[in-house]
Amino acid sequence: MGQHTWGAVMEPPAPPPEKPAKSVGDHIRTTLRGIGQTLITGGLVVLLFVVYEVYVTTWFTHREQTKLKHEITKEYAAGIDPLLQLPDGSYPNLKLGEGIGNILIPRLGRDFDWAIVEGSSDSQLDKGPGHYVGTALPGEVGNFAVAGHRVGKGEPFLNLDHLKPGDTVIVETEKAWFVYKVKGLDNNSISKKDDDGIPGREIVSSDDGGPLYPVPDHPGLAPTEKLITLTTCHPKFSASHRMIVYGVLAQKIPQTADFSMPETVKALYGQVS
Amino acid sequence: MYVWIWHHLPGPLALRLVETLVLLLAVVALLMFVVFPIVEPHLPLNQVTVPKQHK
Repeated sequence: MGQHTWGAVMEPPAPPPEKPAKSVGDHIRTTLRGIGQTLITGGLVVLLFVVYEVYVTTWFTHREQTKLKHEITKEYAAGIDPLLQLPDGSYPNLKLGEGIGNILIPRLGRDFDWAIVEGSSDSQLDKGPGHYVGTALPGEVGNFAVAGHRVGKGEPFLNLDHLKPGDTVIVETEKAWFVYKVKGLDNNSISKKDDDGIPGREIVSSDDGGPLYPVPDHPGLAPTEKLITLTTCHPKFSASHRMIVYGVLAQKIPQTADFSMPETVKALYGQVS
Repeated sequence: MYVWIWHHLPGPLALRLVETLVLLLAVVALLMFVVFPIVEPHLPLNQVTVPKQHK
């Protein structure tokens, strides 16, 4: 009843009471709340980073890939071969960060078709699988070495561990389609060494540069085979080791007049079991 | 901190909600397009190359 009477009387509102002095408890509460909010914010930032690493970088990479593919198509149409070699042994069209050809792996799906970029530093690998500068070029005697991301950045080599002995890895250049076969055929085991001392797949520590030698893991040996080497991180999300897959050239098919896929290469997709 | 920001946003409730959303998107964009790309190469997450040996 008393309250009702109070409400009915239209008195000017009383000035707000002075804030009571903060007690020790208030200070502790404010501090704890601050710490709590900071921790939650930190957690959200880490989660956002995962989203960035897995999805946003992939989006960036696909944009770069589209550009690379476009450039390569334009060059081919204009009769420019990125891998052109002059009589003095130099490659005038080979430029860091630019496309040199495409890599296709039937085992990893019909849509696995990546432009390979020249160079294997971070900025180049952001665009797609990158050719180690100085290693052999597609179809050459020696070791055509390519690095690719396994997580994020389009994750071209995410499923590199799915490859089996004899699986084809196809590299398309302006001149030809090179069909490499994953090694491990002789032993019918991908991790055992073939007769030439090179396995189909191996895991090496991150500081082991052996896979890049002209004859992988055999420094000083002169190459006789035409090999391809694919490197990526292992295990996923880790920098501790590298997974390496080796293949040997099995077939060279001349490029078609309109740069479409030759029937022989199309047939390879039917062989994936 | 969040309470402080909320109290300092001008306008009525609806406008404040919109302002909150804009602030949030700005922070996310800053992280995604500026901070993360700078930080990422320094983290031991995604190294895929093997070192070159001197021949």
